[in-house]
Amino acid sequence: MTYTVKAEGVCKAFGATRVLDEVDLAVATGSVFALLGPNGAGKTTLVRILATLTKPDAGTVTINGHDLRADPVSVRRSISLTGQHAAVDDVLTGRENLVMMARLLRLPRVAARQRADDLLAAFDLQDAADKRVKSYSGGMRRRLDLAVSMISPPPLLFLDEPTTGLDPRSRNQLWEFVRGLAADGVTVLLTTQYLEEADRLADTVAVLHHGQIVAQGTPGELKSAANSDSLDDVFLALTEPQEALR
Amino acid sequence: MTETAVMVGRCMRRSLRDPEAFITALMLPVILMLLFVYVFGGAFSSVGGGRYADYVVPGLIVLCAGFGAGTTAVAVATDMSNGMVDRFRSMPIISFSVLAGHVAASLARNLLATALVIGVGLAVGWRPSASPAQWLAAVAMIVAFILAMSWLAAGLGLLVSGPESANSVTFAITFLPYLSSAFVPAATMTPALRPIAANQPFTPIIETMRGLWMGHTSTGASTGHEALLAVAYCAAILAVSVAASSYLFRHRTAR
Repeated sequence: MTYTVKAEGVCKAFGATRVLDEVDLAVATGSVFALLGPNGAGKTTLVRILATLTKPDAGTVTINGHDLRADPVSVRRSISLTGQHAAVDDVLTGRENLVMMARLLRLPRVAARQRADDLLAAFDLQDAADKRVKSYSGGMRRRLDLAVSMISPPPLLFLDEPTTGLDPRSRNQLWEFVRGLAADGVTVLLTTQYLEEADRLADTVAVLHHGQIVAQGTPGELKSAANSDSLDDVFLALTEPQEALR
Repeated sequence: MTETAVMVGRCMRRSLRDPEAFITALMLPVILMLLFVYVFGGAFSSVGGGRYADYVVPGLIVLCAGFGAGTTAVAVATDMSNGMVDRFRSMPIISFSVLAGHVAASLARNLLATALVIGVGLAVGWRPSASPAQWLAAVAMIVAFILAMSWLAAGLGLLVSGPESANSVTFAITFLPYLSSAFVPAATMTPALRPIAANQPFTPIIETMRGLWMGHTSTGASTGHEALLAVAYCAAILAVSVAASSYLFRHRTAR
């Protein structure tokens, strides 16, 4: 099996707070991997490290065969980051956002416009294409954010809490799009606090708690290990006792 | 090169689409000019020994550039805090170009405001005696000054924690011109303030323009002497700001 992400012994502390403590992670190529954890578990920090935005204190990371420390530029060519706070330009229209990002990725002008048209159609944003993003709903913003990430489809897509704050309908819709991307062969690493999201989307789920991976497996494996048909029970069993010890 | 051009285009669009800020930025020079010439100008008629409009134009240019710097710092701080810069940074591009875009847009906005100050100044009776070569030198001074201020503002925008604090930090830049020879000569101030007003960076920059346009400075020093100081100040502000911005940009992570 080949792995798009291989991380070993990743540590990160902010001051005296240990946010990540010897995290090992392996994301199989072509899979959807969910990093599940409560608020403050270190999910976003881990994604930021893998996306070259934050330097780890220790550990080795290989993304799509490129070493994170030695060759961050090749890593950046292999990834796309869709953040917790959908990073699209509010003041520009959806189309302008896409064309801008396409131009930054060196697409010639005409090709950039064409690509923007295609993506607006693919992500169901045609009607709002020439409206400013400021007027978009939460779901539309996330879809545009995903569309931006797909301008030149990367081997690895990070989705940092992709559906936080969305209503159920938009959430379902976004899940459909993510499944579509995965079916096209994009490896997806998503973080979520929603068990249902991990259950519905992921091939592999890792539970991150207090900076450590406390469980990992397919949703089915985790459920049978906890002797329950709900991932909720797994999650609570893993995260609660430690909470009580603090 | 492409990415810088794209970033400049982005910031220009953003400037034009914020009508409130844009109109304020353009109204400000007009209102301040009318205020200083018609409201205060009568009482200040002794200042500079001539019409007050002849005295005040360089001061208003600097004051407006200070307000402009506030806009730039807020724009940079906004990008840093809302995840936009993170996205650029995770892409295979030179993400520092996002700052170049802000600085270029800042330069364009402030040059437009300066042109308005000059235009309204001429309309209310400002009569510079400068030759074309002196005009050129004055414009060069303005460009150097605004470039330095724009980078300084970008650096401040990176330094602060968010758009709100960017606004308050740049307050000093908008206030400092009052403690210079912008509106009254330093020599007329209370003795405690005189050395501050005479020796702060804005004064030689203002006096260089004044000397070039009107033929004499308000400090009594030669235009050449003021120009030398002004260029040194601008170069120093520029060098420190660019170096600090590049450091901060690499080390700041939006949380």
